[in-house]
Amino acid sequence: MESTLVEAPETEPRQKSPAAGIELTGVRRVFPARPEPVVALDGMALRAAPGEIVGVVGPSGCGKSTLLELVCGLQEPDDGTVSSDPAVYMPQRDLLLPWLSALDNAALPLRVRGAARRQARDRARPRFAEFGLAGFEATRPHELSGGMRQRVAFLRTLLADKPVLALDEPFASLDALTRAEMQAWLAGALARDPRTVVLVTHDVEEAVLLADRVLVMSPRPGHVVEELEVVPERPRSRTDPRVVELRERALRALGVPEAAR
Amino acid sequence: MRAALLAVGLLGAWELYARLGGVDDFLLPAPTDIAGALVDDRALLWDNLVVTGGEVLLGIAVSLIAGMACAAAVHLSTTLRRTVYPLLVASQTIPVVIVAPLLVAWFGYELAPKLAIIALICFFPVVVTTLDAMARVDPAALKLMRTLDASRLQAFRLVEARAALPGLFSGAKIAVAVAVIGAVLAEQAGSSEGLGHLLLQAVPQLETARAYAAVVLLSALALVLFGALALIERRALPWAFQPSGGTS
Repeated sequence: MESTLVEAPETEPRQKSPAAGIELTGVRRVFPARPEPVVALDGMALRAAPGEIVGVVGPSGCGKSTLLELVCGLQEPDDGTVSSDPAVYMPQRDLLLPWLSALDNAALPLRVRGAARRQARDRARPRFAEFGLAGFEATRPHELSGGMRQRVAFLRTLLADKPVLALDEPFASLDALTRAEMQAWLAGALARDPRTVVLVTHDVEEAVLLADRVLVMSPRPGHVVEELEVVPERPRSRTDPRVVELRERALRALGVPEAAR
Repeated sequence: MRAALLAVGLLGAWELYARLGGVDDFLLPAPTDIAGALVDDRALLWDNLVVTGGEVLLGIAVSLIAGMACAAAVHLSTTLRRTVYPLLVASQTIPVVIVAPLLVAWFGYELAPKLAIIALICFFPVVVTTLDAMARVDPAALKLMRTLDASRLQAFRLVEARAALPGLFSGAKIAVAVAVIGAVLAEQAGSSEGLGHLLLQAVPQLETARAYAAVVLLSALALVLFGALALIERRALPWAFQPSGGTS
């Protein structure tokens, strides 16, 4: 019967029937350390509906990366529950493999799933134009600009074909101009190919520009101190008064003094 | 150019010292005598060079294969890292001179004991440099592979094994120099041919110039192999020579 729910193996996320998005409740995560254990997260909650983009901002060391690793199943919570559709992790550094061409780097998830090299390339190649990478298929990562490397990494993330993307400060290593370009580009890419996204960033403006909802986290042990609904229309402008206002509210929630904003 | 000048200067000083310094020819032959021996004994030297060169090449090949396999096993298994790795370090303290006769007793005068001795001393640098290169892989890259649903073995094959190759080459370059010494020691422990055997015979026969000629050939062998390895590395791993390359 069509209506019967079938639990597909985790390696084939696309066949998993009801989209559940992400739900974390009461999550606590403690790391053993000296002189005393570090509580990275405590009472952390996060919910993302399928297709929703949730921005997470917070001071350094508030457990943002731990949060993403929990979503991706790379860590288990010490307390609380984590449930998420299969998620793919996009680290801060692009982590492209230097011995592979841009095309082979992007096609890596397909290789992992068992595709032959040629088959994997044939599937990744048509996406290069859409990512502004046409003509750079054979180029090695070190010959690409920072923005291009990040786009290859993002294409690799998308080709993993998972409903959830866990983005860990994806543009932190880029210069301001490239970052602004990439933010606009990411908004476009996600509009064309919607996914459930957790976007961790220290850049409040980036979160407000890209996310549907922004969670502001406390210092360690991290939990949500403020939740902001963002204006629905896209693309958003940095100078839109509502964007500016949201940015101010997020910064206030982070405890940034007026003079420093 | 400067290197050549320096070499000529040193050889000139040596020549003068050997001719005019009152040192016995049997202790220190002049460079011209050695050059003479290289020409006069060329057939003898060449035959033995081929033997030693073959041993060195095969010995390095054995070391690279065994070293890579051992590095992979030690890298992937915490148990092996705790148990086998200390043994590897300990194996390096065994003076080859002590075990060489034993290996000859076990394996005879053939190729096997030579390969065993060369592998014994070359294996270690290969394992250590390969293992270090594997360990330098960014842990975030392995996390990424996990969220791409790669098995541990897939992640190893696609990331760590590739990232290990520059380390393997570094180990091989170190191995080249010690492999030549190993081959000489192995031949001296029990052999009827090779440059090591030639050295062993030439010294008591007071053919010192011939012995030095053999040493010159051994050095040349190591240099040629080293250069060949460097060349292959440049061709095979161009990514490892980029400023932002290495194991990201």
